[in-house]
Amino acid sequence: MTLQLSDFLERHRRPLAGNLPATRISADREQWLQLAAWLRESGARLLTLWGADDRDRDGCFRICAVYLLTEGVLLVEHAMKTTEATASASYPGLAAIFPVAQRMQRAVYDLLGISAEQADGSEADRRGWLRHGGWPETCFPLRRDANGSRQHPNVSAPYPFVTVEGSGVHEIAVGPVHAGTIEPGHFRFSVVGEKMLRLEARLGYTHKGVAKLFETMPQSSGHRLAARISGDTAVAFSWAYCTALESLTATVCPPRATLLRALALEHERLANHLGDLGALGNDAGFAFGLTHFSRLKEDLLRCNTVAFGARYLLDYVLPGGVAVDLPAEAPARLLGLYSELEQSVANLRSIYDEHAGLQDRFRGTGRLQQPIAEKLGALGLVARASGIACDLRVDHPWPSYDWVATKCITQSTGDVAARVQIRFDEAFESLRLCRAFLQDIPVGPIQAPVPAAAPYRLGLGVIESWRGPVLIALEAGPDGSIRRCHAHDPSWQNWPLIEYAVIGDIVPDFPLINKSFNLSYSGQDG
Amino acid sequence: MWNTLSRMWKTGLLTEPLPVLQPSLDAPSPELDHLQSQLLAVLGRALCIRHVDAGSCNGCELEIQALHNPYYNLEGAGIQFVASPRHADLLLVTGPVSVNMEEALRRTYDAVPAPKLVMAIGDCGACGGIFGASYASRGSVANVLPVNTTVTGCPPTPTAILRGILETVRPALAKA
Repeated sequence: MTLQLSDFLERHRRPLAGNLPATRISADREQWLQLAAWLRESGARLLTLWGADDRDRDGCFRICAVYLLTEGVLLVEHAMKTTEATASASYPGLAAIFPVAQRMQRAVYDLLGISAEQADGSEADRRGWLRHGGWPETCFPLRRDANGSRQHPNVSAPYPFVTVEGSGVHEIAVGPVHAGTIEPGHFRFSVVGEKMLRLEARLGYTHKGVAKLFETMPQSSGHRLAARISGDTAVAFSWAYCTALESLTATVCPPRATLLRALALEHERLANHLGDLGALGNDAGFAFGLTHFSRLKEDLLRCNTVAFGARYLLDYVLPGGVAVDLPAEAPARLLGLYSELEQSVANLRSIYDEHAGLQDRFRGTGRLQQPIAEKLGALGLVARASGIACDLRVDHPWPSYDWVATKCITQSTGDVAARVQIRFDEAFESLRLCRAFLQDIPVGPIQAPVPAAAPYRLGLGVIESWRGPVLIALEAGPDGSIRRCHAHDPSWQNWPLIEYAVIGDIVPDFPLINKSFNLSYSGQDG
Repeated sequence: MWNTLSRMWKTGLLTEPLPVLQPSLDAPSPELDHLQSQLLAVLGRALCIRHVDAGSCNGCELEIQALHNPYYNLEGAGIQFVASPRHADLLLVTGPVSVNMEEALRRTYDAVPAPKLVMAIGDCGACGGIFGASYASRGSVANVLPVNTTVTGCPPTPTAILRGILETVRPALAKA
């Protein structure tokens, strides 16, 4: 079986446009499941899952899965013929093989009405994930015949959380509106005293219909929406979008622009890591950390204005290049900033490391064991903190990471302390990369013209953001339109992991654990 | 400990002056040093703000958080973010209002004691932004709640937000 599958894969996979080595293959029902099982065995990870309504073209719904392999990414598509009368379809679910697929399958159903069958015939989780009652059960907004701009009244429906029973067990409901300046989501804790027995998250509150909105935009402006999928990951998402479009149109982004994109991506990583390091200190009762790290973050953001024209780079990366060139005075200013950051972060790190009270809160808290992280397909810095070496900048370096030899930073303990150390080490590595980029910055144009992509072609853009790999799958429509665009944030993989990491810890440690993951609500909700 | 104290000493005070307000016809432009005492006179305490993310991309949140850094030092100006809407004078709302957050936003608004002020932050909060109104979004905050002021920008800078907060409370202070 294994031999046949690898043979089938070798014979039938076709190249796919993208910034990483990418291939695609069509699978029937049986092959869809067999391939998933075989890929799991060979150590591949499920990166994302999405559905598409192609009934106008060939009478089919499609379900697509992208796997991350050692040699690149593989897209597996399965087409489901549907009849006019029923207009429904189902496919074999992947959750038994890749547990991370479960929420994605629920999201696919909410948007398209195509359902996943459970491998063991058990009852599937039919609770809405993105649909909370804001549109009728019979309406599937991502179908071609659905009107995306039509408003429906809200009809709130109960959401049965899994209950824990036993003597002294009670529930604490938190959210969707939280006590701090953070995004909305609901957490249901089952606790005994202050000990957490179980956590179940309910997300989807910030669902803004991004996928449907993409279909109303021309290819030339989709990057603006991509940047706003998760504002803290704007450079990564807009770069993923642009590189998908550029690979579809065989556009070569000028070397200077490519390098500036990488510089901007590292600035985004630095800004987020600095902010998180401060917030983590604060959540453990050390306000000094927040004050000093937030000051350093502000210094960086102000330099962003000098170098890139804005504090947050939501409109910096655009198809064919970048929006503004690096001014002549910027490199000197940036190099000065990097030295200041390096010194200050090293100083603050020693303060953090030597602070007994802080380390007492960090160590052993929110531990995510490596086997669970592996099984649930952890991505990004959360995976690296649990001893899984995965960083696309290292594994599949795309330009301009192909000549700087990024170091993959890992920790083994998987607790809050490990996720703190990862951020420190990655901040230093980012500073090294920024210096390297600035030293060898080529001269030349910063934009190249991008023609319209040929209709019905698909391109992938995968970028390692500060949080983990983000993906954009872009299918072109006729005359420069977007037929389908799927965006994936690594928070999809990492949200379920928090539910494991908190088990046995106390409720007051939850904000600290949550912050150490710092996942995107908006990126997940779409 | 020595390291910590030495860093504090070396860093010193970084707080910058508050932004200058545009003079307006209906109220005299207050001296900003005076603002704190005015806030105290009217409210009897600090201005309390409750933030609600009604569906934002989290960009605006980053700039609201920046208001707490030592450069802007919001709390130093007598303005405080609180954990409960029941403690708030002003509701600071970000994002287009997603359909899934509509009810939570209304409930939060209802929980704020009167008189209450509402500020909508960012292009999305002010006018719906790139998301607009759709099956999943109600568009601007004003489509759901009565809004006193808006601050545009994607995201607006901390200075713009700070100026917006001052502009929002000024008419209330002038009236009092």
